[in-house]
Amino acid sequence: MKSFEKLTALVVPLDRVNVDTDAIIPKQYLKAIGRAGFGANLFDNWRYLDPGEGKTDGARRPNPDFVLNKPRYKGGQILLARANFGCGSSREHAPWALLEYGIRAIIAPSFADIFFNNSLKNGLLPVILPDEVVDRLFRDVEETPGYALTVDLESGAVVLPDGTRVPFAIDPFRRECLLKGLDDIGWTLQHEADIKRYEERRRAEAPWLFAGE
Amino acid sequence: MGRTLYDKLWDSHVVRELPDGTCLLYIDRHLVHEVTSPQAFAGLRTAGRRLWRQRTNLAVADHNVPTKDRALGIQDETSRVQVETLGRNCADFGITLFAMDDVRQGIVHVVGPEQGATLPGMTIVCGDSHTSTHGAFGALAHGIGTSEVEQVLATQCLLQKRAKPMRVRLAGAMPEGVSAKDLALAVIGRIGTAGGTGHAIEFAGPAVRALSMEGRMTLCNMAIEAGARAGLVAVDETTLSYLAGRPFAPRGALWERAVAAWRDLRSDDDAVFAREVEIDVGTLSPQVTWGTSPEMVVGIGERVPDPSAEADPARRAAMAAALAYMDLAPGTPLAAVPIDVVFIGSCTNARLEDLRAAARMVAGRKVAAGVRALVVPGSGLVKKAAESEGLDRIFADAGFEWRDAGCSMCLAMNADRLEAGERCASTSNRNFEGRQGAGGRTHLVSPAMAAAAAVAGHFVDVRDWAGDA
Ligand code: SF4
Repeated sequence: MKSFEKLTALVVPLDRVNVDTDAIIPKQYLKAIGRAGFGANLFDNWRYLDPGEGKTDGARRPNPDFVLNKPRYKGGQILLARANFGCGSSREHAPWALLEYGIRAIIAPSFADIFFNNSLKNGLLPVILPDEVVDRLFRDVEETPGYALTVDLESGAVVLPDGTRVPFAIDPFRRECLLKGLDDIGWTLQHEADIKRYEERRRAEAPWLFAGE
Repeated sequence: MGRTLYDKLWDSHVVRELPDGTCLLYIDRHLVHEVTSPQAFAGLRTAGRRLWRQRTNLAVADHNVPTKDRALGIQDETSRVQVETLGRNCADFGITLFAMDDVRQGIVHVVGPEQGATLPGMTIVCGDSHTSTHGAFGALAHGIGTSEVEQVLATQCLLQKRAKPMRVRLAGAMPEGVSAKDLALAVIGRIGTAGGTGHAIEFAGPAVRALSMEGRMTLCNMAIEAGARAGLVAVDETTLSYLAGRPFAPRGALWERAVAAWRDLRSDDDAVFAREVEIDVGTLSPQVTWGTSPEMVVGIGERVPDPSAEADPARRAAMAAALAYMDLAPGTPLAAVPIDVVFIGSCTNARLEDLRAAARMVAGRKVAAGVRALVVPGSGLVKKAAESEGLDRIFADAGFEWRDAGCSMCLAMNADRLEAGERCASTSNRNFEGRQGAGGRTHLVSPAMAAAAAVAGHFVDVRDWAGDA
């Protein structure tokens, strides 16, 4: 996993509530068996004028009205979004697509649970800020070409261009993993003995769960 | 203080707790399908890791499989590679797989319970958000991403934070013509698609107790559409009689011991929930979604709402965008909306009870001219049982296509899909833009409502329908 410490980057506003994972990466791109190649199809249905049917040929026309295609937002690495971002399926292809496109942090008033988890496990930082702050950021981004923010995970704050710091909460454990780029499996396997002890106890309590083993 | 069902399930699976409350949670059952697992197996290979406990895993291909002419194999190359990859991974790592030609094959959330692989008191995960379905059995079940699939394969554990317990009490008796699907849609309409975020929803109350296991699964299946990762229903006699004798369920003395433990899988009377919602279902009507989110739902007797009457600007914009996508004008009565396609299937509504309810609506009738209608049973065993009751004949005589089991047009990863602009009455769970095919328009309804719409060519109120056969 990529580590995340501090990022200063251009902000891309996506002004829609309930952006679902089918919108982030449509199902026809989920047939791949690798983790790469999803970035080109991020927000596919909104991003291109011609419908995508599973194959990406260079010939598709970008939709000039979609925010990602506007020249002023090219190269943006912070996505500003609305409530319940990432609702829908459990597909981890959604954070993979966002990351491959270049997004490293998403700011929204709320996220769907599974998407939130999946993002953390891939070094994509979901930042929850209050509604009023998100509203203000949408206005500021709109009014200010080149609008950039700093997301500082170490100190747990988003820093506005005028220096205002807006704190955000994140679990200490998750923060640690992100800062160090640590993955869950490596961490868990350090506690093998605990897992084995749990299994022993459980086998006595609920033997039907271990029948035949 | 008493504990909620959620608390009991959580507490019995904590392997280790960290100071910030993050827990290493033990997983009893892992269901695997072809779409979200290949990268996880690849990760294991790269790291040279083995499975922690082979027998907890059960695999089936469902999302990509064709629902007709199966003997010809999978025509779409990328789909075929994905299904073959699952086969190879299961063989290499020693995981039980129900292959495409196995009668037990079907949608993972139909197969687990049907096999008794879903048991009360278990923690159950799958790389699929509708894993919430299994909570109907008093199990803690939720969807996970691919990194977590890999972690469960390698460690049998997940790092999780405790959710907040929420109770949705469904009071009153369900009226004739109203089904579990209508309850689910009504709950989502009431609390919204983010209403359960951060929570595990326990469904309780007399209307839930009166539901069959199939109905409870439908309800828990859609808990995720209300934003809750997990849905739950307490164990009772209905649960036990459903499970007795299923292939993966314990037998003999072990069964007796298990049942004794399972009887405690309910919230204590004095348990406290973080949030409680009560809905009286006595006056509920069959539900139809009109927009591109499951919360955009009304009763069949109502009209498409008018965005200009919505005060909140973000909601107003979302409503207007949904109506534009759905090509619906505000004020249109739902019953006047014509449809092109009917899909009866998915892990929400493709069990025997669902097919029976749909068949009752179409028996002796014909699908309206110009309507394409298909029934996709949830598993090969559901299909077989339906055929032994003659349901396949009823559907075929009415002009429905009778298919093999799989996810099919629920998400259109196989050949079954909507064309741009087509309008579908669907028994599935998501009406997102393009979900059933790019440009396709989805209205979520119950099996009876979908079947009746196929015959009428537009939505009808199934409560008035029985009379005019
Ligand atoms: S039937 Fe639909 S919702 Fe259920 S697992 Fe398959 S694709 Fe997902």
